Amino acid sequence: MVSDVRIAGVGMTKFGSAPERTSRDLFAQAAGEAFDDADIDPDAVEELFYGNFMGEFAETQGHQGPLMADAAGVSAPATRIESACASSGAAVRLGYEKVKSGQADVVLVGGAERMKNISTAEGTEALSAAADALWEIRAGVTFPGAYSLMANRYFHEFGGSREDLAHIAVKNHANAVENDLAQFNSTIDVDDVLEAPTVSAPFGLYDCSPMSDGASAAVLVSDSFAEDHGLETPVKITGAGQASDGLALQDRESIPRTPAAEEAGEMAFEQAGIEPSDVDVAEVHDCFTIAEALALESLGFYERGEGISAAREGKTTIDGELPVNLSGGLKAKGHPVGATGGAQISEMTKLLRGDHVNSDAVSDASVGLTHNAGGTVASCVVHVLEEVDA
Amino acid sequence: MSDARHAGFDDFLDALEDGEPYYLEGPDGDGYLPPRRIDPATGSQDLTEKSLPETGTVLTYTQTHVASPEFADDAPYVVVVADFGPVSITGQLRDLDASEIDIGQEVEIGIDYSETHDKRIIVFTPA
Repeated sequence: MVSDVRIAGVGMTKFGSAPERTSRDLFAQAAGEAFDDADIDPDAVEELFYGNFMGEFAETQGHQGPLMADAAGVSAPATRIESACASSGAAVRLGYEKVKSGQADVVLVGGAERMKNISTAEGTEALSAAADALWEIRAGVTFPGAYSLMANRYFHEFGGSREDLAHIAVKNHANAVENDLAQFNSTIDVDDVLEAPTVSAPFGLYDCSPMSDGASAAVLVSDSFAEDHGLETPVKITGAGQASDGLALQDRESIPRTPAAEEAGEMAFEQAGIEPSDVDVAEVHDCFTIAEALALESLGFYERGEGISAAREGKTTIDGELPVNLSGGLKAKGHPVGATGGAQISEMTKLLRGDHVNSDAVSDASVGLTHNAGGTVASCVVHVLEEVDA
Repeated sequence: MSDARHAGFDDFLDALEDGEPYYLEGPDGDGYLPPRRIDPATGSQDLTEKSLPETGTVLTYTQTHVASPEFADDAPYVVVVADFGPVSITGQLRDLDASEIDIGQEVEIGIDYSETHDKRIIVFTPA
């Protein structure tokens, strides 16, 4: 039996620096908030899909599926999903498929990451494991380095400038100022971005999302469960897509393109029965400033070569034609990598149902999109969320 | 990463040190780097070794300042992806200042050792 998939509740810790908190504690908080939001007890959960990327590196902790089920008070099959920074996006999609196919009425999805208990150098090493260990890491490719390789090729093929990229960071910081869950609540200006210390050229510090601690969770339920239990579920997931690409940039046909995002987007749009032009608000994976531009182009919102200037031209700002990353994005909300995809779902749910701090800016919005990427978009998961009866 | 050899990858580095770098070609002429058993373009498991062209062109580059511990003593260093026709390869720039490199520039491939861990790395020098 095919069911609609309702988002019954969402939860998310404040992202930022909490180096003493274990990932099990972080996830338990997010899951507890999601249960309270859904008005559901943990024992109703029939399966857990949990995203985490670097637990072995940061906490010497593998086998986190059952660990997190126990922490959340859930007694059900529990599996950890690892798809680099798309880990919890992939977890959400598996939960969505489980409910949509009629195999479960209630699933818990989400993820967590603990990163601030290790040094920046150690974190850089851990994150680079999402790249090709032989052909990229052995050459010294870091993650800022990999996206810088994409940015420099983008400049070569399409033009654009560091100033264009700076406007993406400035926009996302501005969006996060009132978001209590975001890591940074301060505005920055273009000069701050351009004058920041270089990480990997052309990126300075403010072109890069931060390392963060945090967790996210969502309770997904079937239509019938929501009706039988009188749950308020004003937002549903109407489409999900996922696709893969070669891990190493050197193996791609085009370095400044992300075809996995194109494919995942097309799948999600088709399932939801919508076009890119139907989307009112989007949360995309801006792990680096160029990544937001690539996402907007891959998803069909802007032509190739035009995504980079969308923020500068005001198209994707809070009062623009397509507000992007009203949560602050990875850039300002923070990027605990295993929690990020789930956090996009949590923030978008709140934006659509009206209880997000930035909801008033998109009060007419009924269709939201989330785009969660792993590595240099070797993994990509896209979800379409819609207001019920909107 | 352990010090154990990585079959295919270290074989490529050996061949590069011997001045005979190669790539693997599928039935339709698509090129790959080892280790590679299955040609994703055709599904064929019939891959043959071919000589790598002597020069490539720079597709893109970046100068990395914040490195992982594995390259802490090398930073800043320049990473390049170079197009050799059938395959593209990632390595570090040598014998050229970061400010002098251009996309489209011709480079030759070779082997050097990192300052931090003294392991072999692929490098490019101006052709």
